[in-house]
Order: sequence, then structure tokens, then C-alpha cells
Amino acid sequence: MSAHDLAVETGRRFAEAAPLNATLHWSQDVLDREAARLSVTPDGPLTGMAIAIKDNIVTTEEPTTCASKILAGYISPFEATVISRLRSAGAMVAGKANLDEFAMGSSTENSAYGRVLHPLDHSRVPGGSSGGSAVLVAAGVVPAALGSETGGSVRQPAAFCGVVGVKPSYARVSRFGLVAFGSSLDCISVFGRTVDDAARVLAVMSGHDPRDSTTRAEPPMQLPVPRTDLRGVVVGLPREYFPADLDPGIRAGCDRAIAAMKELGATVREVSLPHTRYAVPTYYIVNPAEAAANLARFDGVRYGPRHVGSGADVRALYQATRGEGFGPEVRRRILVGTFVLSAGYADQYYVRAQAVRKLIADDFARVFADGVDLLFTPTTPTPAFKAGEKTTDPVQMYLADVFVAPASLAGVPAMSLPIGRDQGLPIGGQLIAADFDESRMLAVAGLLERTVDAVAEVRT
Amino acid sequence: MTWETVIGLEIHVQPATRSKMFCGCATTYGEAPNTNVCPVCLGLPGALPTVNAEAVRLGTLGALALGCQIRERSVFARKNYFYPDLPKGYQISQFDKPLAEHGTVVIESPERGPIEISITRLHLEEDAGKSLHDRLPGLTAVDLNRAGTPLAEIVSGPDMRSPGEARAYLTTVRQLLIYAGVSECSMEKGSLRVDANLSVRRPGDPLGTKTEVKNMNSFANVERALEAERTRQIAMLERGERVTQVTLTFNAATGEVKPLRSKEDSHDYRYFPDPDLPPLVLDAAWIAAQRAALPELPAARRARYQDVLGLPEYDARTLIQEPAVAAYFEAVVTAGVEPKTASNWVLGEAMGGWNEQGHFAVAPERLAALVGIVTDGTVSLQAAKRIFGELASSDESPRALADRLGLVQVRDSGALEGWVAEVLAAHPDEVARYKGGDTKLTGFFVGQVMKRSQGKADPKGIQPILAAKLAE
Repeated sequence: MSAHDLAVETGRRFAEAAPLNATLHWSQDVLDREAARLSVTPDGPLTGMAIAIKDNIVTTEEPTTCASKILAGYISPFEATVISRLRSAGAMVAGKANLDEFAMGSSTENSAYGRVLHPLDHSRVPGGSSGGSAVLVAAGVVPAALGSETGGSVRQPAAFCGVVGVKPSYARVSRFGLVAFGSSLDCISVFGRTVDDAARVLAVMSGHDPRDSTTRAEPPMQLPVPRTDLRGVVVGLPREYFPADLDPGIRAGCDRAIAAMKELGATVREVSLPHTRYAVPTYYIVNPAEAAANLARFDGVRYGPRHVGSGADVRALYQATRGEGFGPEVRRRILVGTFVLSAGYADQYYVRAQAVRKLIADDFARVFADGVDLLFTPTTPTPAFKAGEKTTDPVQMYLADVFVAPASLAGVPAMSLPIGRDQGLPIGGQLIAADFDESRMLAVAGLLERTVDAVAEVRT
Repeated sequence: MTWETVIGLEIHVQPATRSKMFCGCATTYGEAPNTNVCPVCLGLPGALPTVNAEAVRLGTLGALALGCQIRERSVFARKNYFYPDLPKGYQISQFDKPLAEHGTVVIESPERGPIEISITRLHLEEDAGKSLHDRLPGLTAVDLNRAGTPLAEIVSGPDMRSPGEARAYLTTVRQLLIYAGVSECSMEKGSLRVDANLSVRRPGDPLGTKTEVKNMNSFANVERALEAERTRQIAMLERGERVTQVTLTFNAATGEVKPLRSKEDSHDYRYFPDPDLPPLVLDAAWIAAQRAALPELPAARRARYQDVLGLPEYDARTLIQEPAVAAYFEAVVTAGVEPKTASNWVLGEAMGGWNEQGHFAVAPERLAALVGIVTDGTVSLQAAKRIFGELASSDESPRALADRLGLVQVRDSGALEGWVAEVLAAHPDEVARYKGGDTKLTGFFVGQVMKRSQGKADPKGIQPILAAKLAE
């Protein structure tokens, strides 16, 4: 397909998918300009691939709003490192995807521009916060899309929507140009219709970036070597991820995948990650603390809509701009984050949470040092839930991330891949690998993808 | 009963880097507003800071010059507060793990002689921008050129006991940092700023409540402001009132300090490690290399001037006071002038220009050439001083100036004899007294000959002719 045809076809699909509200900005004009650029660009590893971008990664042709009113119409004067790398590799950057405002949420109901619909059941949520990106891949608009993870924001919607979602190791992919949320957790991540698509995008994006001093000075990720069996692979099943009250459909899906891995020759053994239950509370202290500081720059002074309020002084301007500009979940996190760092409370909350975070990371390091190559778990405790079901109870919403938050806190790579359906709704299985061991994880995932029927009902 | 004053200073110094602390923008001073800016120092969404290695190197040199221990691992932290000239809503600074700690400097106290002042810490941070309240009527304008400029904050212990000691400490720290090549330390250009903490107590009592004084734009004003604050606090205490923790601003025009804000509504800065910047790790070998690369500091230089160049202590001490003066002196010596002669010229004739203009207008090589024509007898020292005055505003060589101004010494014995004869003829009484045994009058006669020759006579040539004539 020529670049021009790709632009036309992609545009047609964006238009068709409009009712899902998965896209915040796209235009045929921008797609055509991308096509014109690609027609004079040498072929690269991503030639012919249209990639949608979560709208918290800055691009220069279209706005970057983070699904917030506070950045309405904001166009960045520079583009993210990952965008430049995708473009040089031949990819067509195609549209900006809807998300929970500033990536805060697990259902993409927190967008200031309306919720994103689950493509298989419009009454349900696609997961979040990268719900728009997940839906654009699931609905076949693009073969791959960028999301961002802070605590499962790609793996969880990937599981809900039945696509592949890969979070790399922290420090593997440059964050330059990702609007910061929880800086010590944020990872630009990728959705793919297949493991191979996701792996190819990730390989292009990865590698040291002098503009992000937290990226590690290591060569880019190697593409996985395809496997035909799992002999010699030790898969750990952390018992904390398989509680007695786990959703029966999710359990059935996992059991089927585990059986397949054994069949392929893997050694499967139960392991323990004892600090798992502290992950969500720890996450909801560390993340708001960083978020409160990261979002302080949205003050109406230099960019974005400005509300002067009573007009009395600059404090009134801050209050009006931020009060009008931020939605309820964002305000909640800023308040929590400010509280957990405030004098007299920081030791009880922030400092202690960082200590617990270290224990969680140690859990992973220990099992991997102990001969386990990969961990396998369910990605989510339930399939996609109904819209509105958890919006009034933030803690229930936060618990949707119970299986994905630990890998984010530990900084290790993890991914979700579709392992079947329960009553028509996709189920995701999670693979977690040791730090910077993405290639092995993706190789195993590639084989499972070919072995396990991702659209078959797991309970018959 | 007497009161004891306790003072500690916080000095902000701008390391002389070409670019900002966390981005590549220039640090040049005086540009059009908001031109030295980029996504990083504007705090645009998605931008990330990266540490300026040169700022780290200069900060390390400064810390070593102040006798500090460099931490092998220091941490950048976010100091959170809202202000329109703070683009990110936080300042990147260092908090509980600063670049350096535990330093000491020796200062010359006007009251106590040489004393040690402890340096609690030196840390690196970025400056904020500028809020201009007088640029647009009824509005505040923000200029972010300065935002992100590197700063080294140097915090002293509460070790000073008088405003004079505070000034001496400032002078010493400034001198050390200039010698170490860290910063030009110019208060006018904003590359050095001072905040002071002051409290008073009865000797032997625990520390009193301190106040913070800001907005002091010269070392002299630091001393004046602290005098004013000391007086204010003592007056309060003597009236039986209590000192409250306030921040005060100094008004140089009136010499008064005025409360700016109460510390009660001070910020909770909610410091936490900046997740965008990994800990700054400096290995021991690198630190040792910086220590080895440290330029000669004032104390060592003074010793060298005395021991190697043979200067008197007064000269050595005076020359090193101002780093620029010492540098000029060294250049004059390098140009070939004997050290004590160089010192005489630098501390004598040259200082006038330095005090007035702040720089040395005569190039060291030209001063050396001038000294050369004194040494070889072409001009007298007096004449040379006249020539020096012309050198600054002229391109002519000292020798050419001597010719043009008619200052070349006359050694021709015929001319000298003529002047001597005229002087003796004009002063018969003195001649009679000389002949009566008052030989001290020789000096008088030489002076008269010099005067009559308009300074051109070679004094060495006058003596024998004078002696011969008077012996007739």
C-alpha cells in the first residue's frame, strides 16, 4: 500500500470509528502531509504502519490536551523523542487518542471531552487511562498506538479491549515529550494488534535519549527471536495474583493459558510476591505526590486558557484557572499529593511509601534471581466493567489496577496479551519480566499468541 | 549589660557557565525579555531537565575553595511553590543531600582578629525569572531569561558576631570564589546575592529569635542593614518586647529595615527528590582531580608574594584583596618588572584609575616599558608618574611620550652646570650656610636644580657638579 493510500484508508477508519469517541484530534490534512513526508523518506522498520498517539505525548501538528480543559488548544512547539523516532522509522503518525484527563483513571471516563466506548459493548468502559489508544487498535483503525503507563494504563485497557499492551522497563524509553504525571513511574508504552507489531514499535522507540537523563545508556531493545516451544523457560505464578475470589472467567482464562505453557514445555511453579497487597496504596501516595508537582505548571500564566477569577491578585488567577481547568479526579490527586508531602505528614506517607515501594521491587528481584524467567498473572481482576459503575467510588476504581500497579512501582517490564473471552468480553493475561528483559517476555508472548485462541470463550 | 549579635549569611552565587542549569539556553545578561528561553526553562508540558556538567564542576571548585567536603552522591529535589516567574511551579534545588557540606573559611574580624566561619553547605539550584511590577501599569510582567540560571547557595553557620564580621566574611568568600574561577561575583549584575539572618542575645544565652534581612545591594549595605536590624532588635528587647520571626527588606535610601512578611505564613515547600534527575554521583577520582585543578587561593598567593617575590607583608596583603588587582600585578611582573617596583606602581599610580573606573587602563606591557625607561635613567621617577597619567589615553609608547612632553632627563654636563650655577647664584644665603657646615642643604640645592630644569635634570648627574661648585 502506498503512503497516500494508507493515509486515505486510515482517514476513512478514523471517521468510521468516530462514535467510539476514541480520538481527540485527527485530520485528513495531517494524514496527507504525513503521507507526503513518507513518500520521500527511505523505508524503515515501521514503513506502512499508521500509529495513533495518546494525547499526552506532544506532537507539533495537532494539539496536545491531555484530555483536559486546562490545555484546550495547546500546540507544542516541539515533538516528543518517541515521535521523532517513529517518524524516522517510517511510521505514519495518525491522530491523537482520548484518555483519562492527564492519564488519571482506569476507565477513560475522566476525559474532559467525553468517555470512550468499549468497541464490543458500548455500555462498558475500555479501561484506562489509555482507553482511546486501546480502542483505536481494537477497532482496527490503526495496527498500533502509543499509550502511557504510570500504573497499568496500557496493560489494563489492552486486557479489556482484547489487544496486546506492552509496558517496557522504566528508563528504556525516553519520556521527553510525555506530559509528566508520575515521573518515577511514567513509561511510554505501546498497543499492538499483534505481539510483533508492538515489539517492532517498542524496539524503534527504545534506547538512551540525552534529553531524558533517566533513560539508561543501553542499546535499543532487540526484537525477540521467535520461539517454537517453552522448554527451559521457568514461569512463576505469584499466588497473591490468584486470590480465592478471583473472577471465575478470568481464572478459567488463566488456567487455559497456563496449561498451554506447560504443554509447550515451560516449567511452571508457584511463587510469592508478599508485598503485592501494598502496591495500590503505595501507588496512590507516590503517584499523586509527583503529580501534584508535575501539574503545578498549569497555572494560566504562560499557556492554556486563563481565568482571572475575582481578578484581585495572582492567587485568584491560579484558583480560577486551575479550578475551572482541572476535572474532579485531577483535583483529587493534586490534593492528595499535596497532603502526603506536607510538613508533618511526609514521613508518615511519602517517605514510608517509598520504603514500601523498595520492598515491592525487591519481591520481583528476588523471584527473578531465584531462577524464575517470567511471571504469569491475570492482568485485571474482572473483564471490562460498566460505565458509571465505579465513578462514584474512587477506591474501587483504583483497585482495578491491583495486578498492574506492582510492576510499575518496581519498574520492570510487563505486558498484557489476549488469552480468550468470557461472555464475549476479552480477558488479558499478564507477563512480567526482569528489568530490561523485554525480548524474552515478547518471545514467549509471541508463541502464546499463536497457541492460545484469543477469541474463544474460556468457559463453555 | 551587653548584647551579643549572632549573624549567619546565605549567599547565592551564579557560577560562570555559558548555559543554564538544566537546559542549553544562554546565561547572557541584559537580553530582550523572554529571549533566552526554551521548552525546558519555560516549563512547557513534556520538557525535561538535564544537568549542566559545567555548573557541577564550578560548584565543586567553589565548595573546595570554601574547604567543604564534596558528597559523592547528592540529590536534586523539587521545592514546590507557586509564583508567576517560577515556570514549573517548583524550583529544582538540593535539599537534604547537597553537593557539599562542612566547610570553613578564615576571615579577619574587625573586632576579634582572624576567626573561622563554618560553611554549613553549598548546593546547586536554578534561579527563578523576574517579575517586573513597574513595566506595565496595573500589571505584572514576567521575564524568564533568568529562569533556570545556575546558582550555588552557600550557607554559613551562625558564627558572625557583628555586621563588620559579616562584611569581612562576604569579602573573603567573594575573593575565594573569584580566585577559584567560579563566578565573577558581581552584585550589580546579580551574580552574587546575600540574605542575612540576625538575632541578639545576652552572652552565654541560647540563640534569640532570628529575622531575615533581604534586598541588600552592596557589601557596605549589608553592613548598614545589619547595623540597623541589630539596633532595632536591641531596642525592642530593651523595651521589654519580643522579637518575632519576620523577613525584612533594607531601604538603602533611608538606611532602615522594614518587615516584608511574617514567617508565620511561610511556605511549606514540600521538598522531594526530583524524579526527572538521577542522583548526582561524583566519583572520588573526579573530585580529587578538581581539587588538584583548583587555582591558587588568596592565602597561598599572599605567602608566595612574601616568600618567593620578596614583597613586604603589607604589599602582599593589599595586592591580594581584589583578585583583579593581583592579576594585574602578576601581569606587570610577568612583563618583566621587578616585583617590589611592580607593587609600588600597582598600589600607587595604578590604583587611582582602578578605584575610579574599576579597571586598569594601562596595559601591563606598557607599564613595564615605562618602568624600563626609569630604570635606564631616560626619565626620572617623577616624570614617569606624569607619563603614566598620559598612557591611559594615548597610544604612544612611554618613550615617545617622554620625548613629546620633554621629560627625557638631561645628563649633558654643560646644561647641568648652567642650572647649578644659576641656582647657587640665586641663593647666596644658603650657599653661605652650606659653606658654614650645613651640608644638609644639598637636598635643597638638588631640588632647586630639578625645579629650574622642570624635572628634566638627571639627579644623579647634579650631585658631583654641585659638590664641585660648592667646594670652589
